[in-house]
Amino acid sequence: MSMLEVKNIHKSFGSVEVLKGISFSMEKEETKVVIGTSGTGKSTLLRCINQLDPPDIGEVWLDGEELTHPSSDINRIRQKIGFVFQDFNLFSHLTALKNVSIGLEKVKKITKEQAKERAIKELRRVGLEKQINQYPAQLSGGQKQRVGIARALAMDPDLILFDEPTSALDPELIGDVLDVMKSLAGKIGMLVVTHEMGFARNVADEIIFMEGGVIVEQGPPKQMFQNPTMQRTKEFLGRIATLYGEE
Amino acid sequence: MNGLAVTLELTLASIALASILAMLMAFARSYGKQPLPFFVLLYEKIFRGIPLIVIFILIYFGLAQVGILIDAFPAAIIGLALHSSAYQIQIYRSAINSIPEGQIIAARSLGMSKLKAIRYIVLPQMLRLSIPGWSNEFTVVLKDTSIAIAIGVIELMRQARYVIVRDPTSALYILLVIAMIYFIFVFTINRGLSYAEKKYHISGLELANAR
Repeated sequence: MSMLEVKNIHKSFGSVEVLKGISFSMEKEETKVVIGTSGTGKSTLLRCINQLDPPDIGEVWLDGEELTHPSSDINRIRQKIGFVFQDFNLFSHLTALKNVSIGLEKVKKITKEQAKERAIKELRRVGLEKQINQYPAQLSGGQKQRVGIARALAMDPDLILFDEPTSALDPELIGDVLDVMKSLAGKIGMLVVTHEMGFARNVADEIIFMEGGVIVEQGPPKQMFQNPTMQRTKEFLGRIATLYGEE
Repeated sequence: MNGLAVTLELTLASIALASILAMLMAFARSYGKQPLPFFVLLYEKIFRGIPLIVIFILIYFGLAQVGILIDAFPAAIIGLALHSSAYQIQIYRSAINSIPEGQIIAARSLGMSKLKAIRYIVLPQMLRLSIPGWSNEFTVVLKDTSIAIAIGVIELMRQARYVIVRDPTSALYILLVIAMIYFIFVFTINRGLSYAEKKYHISGLELANAR
């Protein structure tokens, strides 16, 4: 059995069905990138996986446990799934250090000293050892997002979900965040929704192309970029290429 | 100066009770499941709609008629707390509303329960954001204690009346002294709280908001 199994997920908001039966699986330490036009339910898919928006139909399994089961202890399982948000969602009353350590202290219940030590280690890993005592409002967008990644990493997750982690950033700040993400590839499971085609092409083990609430096509980057089998994939990648330029 | 102590006790007891009540109700209104928010709204409308003096008289004389006897001093505390909490709910609620929803979602994504997210993420920010509104309410309660004269609590105003009855020619002088005492209190408390507001502000936040 794979680390993550997503089986036939459906999700509606009101009368609009956003996800119309999504299934895929992920192995340990694999990197998958989800691409597709805006409004096709990519972010909803991520939120369905860690039950921030529980799916209407379908199952999500992580390490042989069913998250969608009504009796599952979701607060325990969520510790194994990190989430990195488009608009960071840092805790504005806490320093960078505290943002990272609060989950360790209050959820994992480890001592303050150990939590602090671990938080410093994770902040160093994302290149922010100088900013540990700054508050989110004193950090740049790229720094904020790296704190967000450190916060997720500190919980020792099996998998981190990235919801367009660079799309709220100024172009010159995107690189730092992508570098951190690249450094994690192969060490931790990553499911990344992004428009960064360079990242998708160079880092992903597999690319999932979504449109209209379904997975149109999935495969390794090489195949997806050079020989997509579906006409819609071709069109989408063509549009992206004209927008962002070829790599 | 016994009345001074009573005024202070009355203020502190009722503001403490009102704050706790109001915080609980603000959380119930923001995060509770129906019909909880509805009942909080009802409570708010009722106690904002009745003048404080009517609340005092209802609790002290009204309840006595159905056999519930409450002493003047606790009756005044309850009355002030009910009245003030109805106003304070709005202070806390607007503070809660100004905290981005995303922070709660982020806390939940770390594995915090809803209660933990409220305790560690919402509450500390809410308290900071409420200081200006709360210090306003504090001074309102302090001054409102003088209305407890209506049910015979011997606080500052009542004691002033005793003195005036004994020596009517001193009325203006005594009342000016009383006004001065209230003013000094309110002024000191406001200064203290605005100091606390500065001390506990979140670094860089006003900068980010100004941008």
